[in-house]
Amino acid sequence: MKQIIKNGFVVNPAKNFAEKADILINYGVIERVAENIDDYDAKVIDASGLIVAPGLVDLHVHFREPGYEHKEDITSGSRAAVKGGVTTVLCMPNTNPPIDNAALVEYVINKGKKTGLVNVLTTACITKGQEGTELTEMAELKEAGASAFSDDGKPVSSSMIMRRALEYSKMLDMPIMSHSEDLALVDNGSMNDGYTATCLGLRGIPKSAESAAVSRDILLAEELNARLHVCHVSTKNSIEAVRAAKARGARITAETAPHYFTLTDKACDGFNTNAKMNPPLRDDEDVEAVIRGLCDGTIDSIATDHAPHHVDDKRVEFEKAANGIVGLETSLALGYTYLVKTGRMSLLQLIDCMSTKPAAIIGSDRGTLNVGAPADIVIFDTDEEFTVRVSEFETKGKNSPYDGWKLFGKVRRTINGGRTVYKG
Amino acid sequence: MKHLLGIKQLSAEDIFAILDRAEVMKKEVLQAGKKDSCLSGKCIITLFYENSTRTRLSFELASKYLGATAANITASGSSVVKGETLADTGKTIDEMGADVVVIRHSASGAPHMLSNYTRASVVNAGDGMNEHPTQALLDFMTMREKFGSFDGLKVSIVGDVKHSRVARSNIYGLKKLGADVTVCAPHTLMPAEIERLGVTVTQDADSAVNNADVIMCLRIQLERQKSGLFPSVREYHKLFGINNRRVALAKPNAIVMHPGPVNRGVELSADVADGPQSVIGGQVTNGVCVRMAVLDMLTH
Repeated sequence: MKQIIKNGFVVNPAKNFAEKADILINYGVIERVAENIDDYDAKVIDASGLIVAPGLVDLHVHFREPGYEHKEDITSGSRAAVKGGVTTVLCMPNTNPPIDNAALVEYVINKGKKTGLVNVLTTACITKGQEGTELTEMAELKEAGASAFSDDGKPVSSSMIMRRALEYSKMLDMPIMSHSEDLALVDNGSMNDGYTATCLGLRGIPKSAESAAVSRDILLAEELNARLHVCHVSTKNSIEAVRAAKARGARITAETAPHYFTLTDKACDGFNTNAKMNPPLRDDEDVEAVIRGLCDGTIDSIATDHAPHHVDDKRVEFEKAANGIVGLETSLALGYTYLVKTGRMSLLQLIDCMSTKPAAIIGSDRGTLNVGAPADIVIFDTDEEFTVRVSEFETKGKNSPYDGWKLFGKVRRTINGGRTVYKG
Repeated sequence: MKHLLGIKQLSAEDIFAILDRAEVMKKEVLQAGKKDSCLSGKCIITLFYENSTRTRLSFELASKYLGATAANITASGSSVVKGETLADTGKTIDEMGADVVVIRHSASGAPHMLSNYTRASVVNAGDGMNEHPTQALLDFMTMREKFGSFDGLKVSIVGDVKHSRVARSNIYGLKKLGADVTVCAPHTLMPAEIERLGVTVTQDADSAVNNADVIMCLRIQLERQKSGLFPSVREYHKLFGINNRRVALAKPNAIVMHPGPVNRGVELSADVADGPQSVIGGQVTNGVCVRMAVLDMLTH
């Protein structure tokens, strides 16, 4: 079964290619990328005036299954993903029970396959039960299909356990994904420490709660020549630490999330629980540092930290509200509107951060439009402005601070392994 | 005015209107038999998720002096302990026909949230570290009684500014009314970027109170010492406690205020607390007047 995506502007960071071209897909695999491909047997997908890029790879999502299906499940999460042009997701293991054994890894992957919309990959815990004391059976978890290790929002507080985890996982060549946070410094804070926190009377979280922990994890990994992926960096000093470590040759990668380059802690005004997340939204200086970090390659990838919550988890006092926002259905448009349209980076760079580089971090064969690669493709429109409406979201979580925002970069079609899984 | 959520939301005119009404209440109700019927047929519910003596009592008395039906809920004796959310509690109270809900809560923003789930007027009686508007209003009333005007009035707030809703409400209001505000505390008890509110910040109590018209002490929670915010009560009192020597640095007719309850010998030495410049007792009286005024204005 052949298909041709015709007349689109093709962006393939793996080949530094950004030109008008056609793509021939044969049995779910990219067969040719060239100008004016004609094949009378092939079904034509018209992409005139649209951008054609490798399907997005999101290294940080919460699909909440098993255990919190009222917030999200693998099916609803997958639908949200394809609507956002995402074809590969990496699930975080903070489910109930946490994904710390082979059976659960297999469950998540199989459920993803059964749903059949996106490539559902999963992390597995660094420590049993995310408790920060005993390492999981990492080799067996890898064999079961886990792509990386993370204790997600329960940071590994013990420096020794973190060091052991980095050391032990070296033989598996899998990254430790660290939610680096010093809980003692958080001290019951619920938003970024600063003027807005002062005005709202909310306890502040100092930036050092993140930056100091990022620095610790970098130093541990560097000493061991181990692989560390720093999750959702949000502060200038975290980014400086990553930049310096990379310059020294350490095996460090990093991600940030769209909210860290589009919002500041001012969004918490009025006790807006949809602006409550961890790490918390920071200030203008940090937003600028995040953008610079993305532009100069210090930050490798944009991941959403898609964190769906039930309305009851957010409709409470700010301090009690759950952390996090949904992100899958807005990430591409936020990236395009705030990074590319503003002239801060090229479309090639954006797709590199949202697809090619994240795929490479977990050793996936996705994230490219190279000949022979699986045909995971997003086709999107950068001309038409659209309004974000949470009521139209596919995710069960309506917890987004972007409701009503006007953005560019609407997904028109998402293709996974040659099969159209979303049309918008 | 539908709700009183904070001083932040009020203009100088709003504040003066409340103070004017409170002065009338003081003369016509408090000093004249404590009987009025302007809130007759109104239902006032006080919803206290945190302990309180004077605030709760003065709201209750204010309601009763004006002829309202007052009922009281405390968190420990209500469905809150059964896990009811604030939104649901709000709806429940609403169904019972409350006209005003007075809420105190340990979470900043709780009254704002409650106001979205009830048709009743919501009065913030202290939310977390955010605001305590009726306290600030009674403080303003006390200052105005003494000095007549706020223009250029030098107010020094000494103590745990970081955790203080009283300080925040006072700062917001005093800036609107034209006073000069100085805040004084060790850095550990000072919130981030407080200077952006237009106040002078110092760690030196002597210079803070120098030439002040008003010395306002803030209560310090003694358990904060254990989390390392200050090393000992002894050192705190030495550096930031208001004693007769410090009061003497202020203007001769300066007043000393405290929202209570006082830790004697910590924020204030006993002789200052009981001394001639202390207006702590007058603050309590004015608290009832201000709350009568607020309840009256919200229901009419």
